[in-house]
Amino acid sequence: MRNHFELFGLESAFTLDAGRLEQAYREIQASIHPDRFAQAGDAERRASMQWTARVNEAYRTLKSPVLRAKYLLEMNGVDVALETNTSMPADFLGQQLELRESLEAAREQKDPAALARLRSGLQREQRELQGALAEAIDSRRDYPRATDFVRRLMFLERLDAEIDAAFETMEE
Amino acid sequence: MALLQISEPGQSPAPHEQRRAVGIDLGTTNSLVATVRSGVATILPDGQGRPLLPSIVRYRPGNRIEVGYPAQAHQSEDPKNTVVSVKRFMGRGRRDVPYVENLPYDFVDAPGMLQICTVAGVKSPVEISAEILKVLRERAELSLAGELSGAVITVPAYFDDAQRQATKDAATLAGLPVLRLLNEPTAAAIAYGLENAAEGIYAVFDLGGGTFDISILKLSRGVFEVLATNGNAALGGDDFDQRLVCWALEQANLPPLEPRDMRMLHVKAREAKEALTSHGEAPFTARLSSGEFVDMTLDTETFCSITQHLVQKTLGPMRKALRDAGLEVKDVKGVVMVGGATRMPHIQRAVRDFFRRDPLNNLDPDKVVALGAAMQADVLAGNQPTGGDWLLLDVIPLSLGIETMGGLVERIIPRNSTIPTARAQEFTTFKDGQAAMSIHAVQGERELVSDCRSLARFELRGIPPMVAGAARVLVTFQVDADGLLSITAKEKSTGVEASVAVKPSYGLTDSDIERMLRDSFEHARDDMQARALHESRVDGERLADAVRAALAGDGQMLSPEERTSIEAQLGALRKALSGSDHRAIKQASEALNRATEDFAARRMDANVRRALTGRSIANLET
Repeated sequence: MRNHFELFGLESAFTLDAGRLEQAYREIQASIHPDRFAQAGDAERRASMQWTARVNEAYRTLKSPVLRAKYLLEMNGVDVALETNTSMPADFLGQQLELRESLEAAREQKDPAALARLRSGLQREQRELQGALAEAIDSRRDYPRATDFVRRLMFLERLDAEIDAAFETMEE
Repeated sequence: MALLQISEPGQSPAPHEQRRAVGIDLGTTNSLVATVRSGVATILPDGQGRPLLPSIVRYRPGNRIEVGYPAQAHQSEDPKNTVVSVKRFMGRGRRDVPYVENLPYDFVDAPGMLQICTVAGVKSPVEISAEILKVLRERAELSLAGELSGAVITVPAYFDDAQRQATKDAATLAGLPVLRLLNEPTAAAIAYGLENAAEGIYAVFDLGGGTFDISILKLSRGVFEVLATNGNAALGGDDFDQRLVCWALEQANLPPLEPRDMRMLHVKAREAKEALTSHGEAPFTARLSSGEFVDMTLDTETFCSITQHLVQKTLGPMRKALRDAGLEVKDVKGVVMVGGATRMPHIQRAVRDFFRRDPLNNLDPDKVVALGAAMQADVLAGNQPTGGDWLLLDVIPLSLGIETMGGLVERIIPRNSTIPTARAQEFTTFKDGQAAMSIHAVQGERELVSDCRSLARFELRGIPPMVAGAARVLVTFQVDADGLLSITAKEKSTGVEASVAVKPSYGLTDSDIERMLRDSFEHARDDMQARALHESRVDGERLADAVRAALAGDGQMLSPEERTSIEAQLGALRKALSGSDHRAIKQASEALNRATEDFAARRMDANVRRALTGRSIANLET
């Protein structure tokens, strides 16, 4: 079984050419999608559906920095999910608490501009962490450190979802 | 016998082999059927040249059924037996239907989906929709001079699993071979995108008679990729009519009226609303059965102000769709308007204000969905020349999950996942020695099971005795290209496998459909037989063609023994096809399918490799 990277003819690395991934995804879809096999027999239609589902899952995984990093770490024997019980550094947690307090304040004051500011700060931090991840995984192969970065990114992603939810309650 | 040449699936058969394929827009208010003729998608009109079929079904005593204009003509005098907007009831229980108390029907609240008691007996929305589809099928068969080989049926993108399954069941009941359920905004995007060679990010705003969809698509080089969709499966032009009726009752100081008068006022409300799209004001007059006369004038300003709250309801879904797509208003290159209700001036204004650009109204909003569906049907039927086709990547509109302890939902497939998709998750037992696990699948975005739509419940039995938390039950959700869910579950820690596939609980069982089919062909056993034979032949011939093409193209992937075995089954199917026993054909088809399973998997794998030829081939060696 080829891994997700091999499936798209890409090198197994965190740094990824999004354009090449998209192009490979589309080329593969063009040849295996169920729409191409609407006139085929059951066996082939089933195979087409299973393969397409697999390719969709692989694409989704590689497109998302968090999922891609987790996947790479798993390939290298680190299960990020099992590591979630260990504690995070106090300064990081303190910072997270502050961000959540700002989110709460923005929500209470129904202040979309504050939410937008919170989001742009979050995006900046996500980009920095992704840069650090690329270095930790691709250059230094320092997986414990990479695991720490992934977990930080997961925290930020959860906060991002909460910002979405806050926008939604504000719009209702 | 000389061997015939058969093209690969997806490639064009010779012109005389063009398959009869249609696209059907099964709308809340009107339905249409279209096909591709000489490369051009066209609506197939009825015998009198009318393109639309009003989605209205009237049941008369003696099992006589009127569909379309004749039913429409009598809707006010026979409201209890004349069903309008049946699409709003598809896959819905009584309590799901807005303004249910204002509707004239005698409802029977069956589990999962309501039913309507008519003079011709109790009818489910699936049966009623099937009557509409039958008329369209007959229209198409007459026009194309022969039986259809396939149909693409459109559904609102925001339809959940229950509504999709109900639509597919209706098509089956109407004798339509379903090639695909296609989302309405996606169908519109195909028609628009191909006609205008559009590239970039487009939004499709589709407000029909009863449903609202907003889809965000990325169009590029023959690929239509849906990035996100959102909507409201219970918001449409009907709600504007309803509001107008309430307004008229208030203005005229009338008490709630009897069903015939209510239906008539609805008709008048719709006429007034439609008149306002081209005039500043419209008359709203009606003579009630009491002899009272309603005589009012409705101006655009009043209409807009009393229905503004309905327009507002489209804003949330637009924002959510954009956010889910990870885009902003400025990224959207054009907004395609679809559905008759987008003709309303304040809808146009709301869309312009939201997207900060003039919406695109250059396609007929009533026809574009059926035309797009016809184009897709043509591709799926294999009628397009090689390279002349395109790829559609669509998504599911609502998250799918499973009930866990405390009535909470564990999400398994998030909304806007590209389909087909499959995802598995492990669950474990709660008590020592627990032998069975109840699995409850739900759809929706809320955290509590009670706030989501229940799709299916089933039990996995025979879990070997273990301490709590030791069992490993793998639940797999699979969504196919029609957006329909199937679920399997198996316990894997002990190697004991139990697995079950479910059809969601509201859906009709195959035996229900068979019974309904029997009912619809009174004393017509022969018809049933003939139809079963026809269907098994179409399927069998299609399969034989596909296998022959596969052997010709990829036969080298097989060992001589494998090839002999497949050829033997192919020969057996060919022999069965020359007879007239539909069971024998079905059995031979199934045997050939089983014999080609490995071959199919190998070919798909090879397809993936071929798609990447020319790029880092070294990486592809496994």
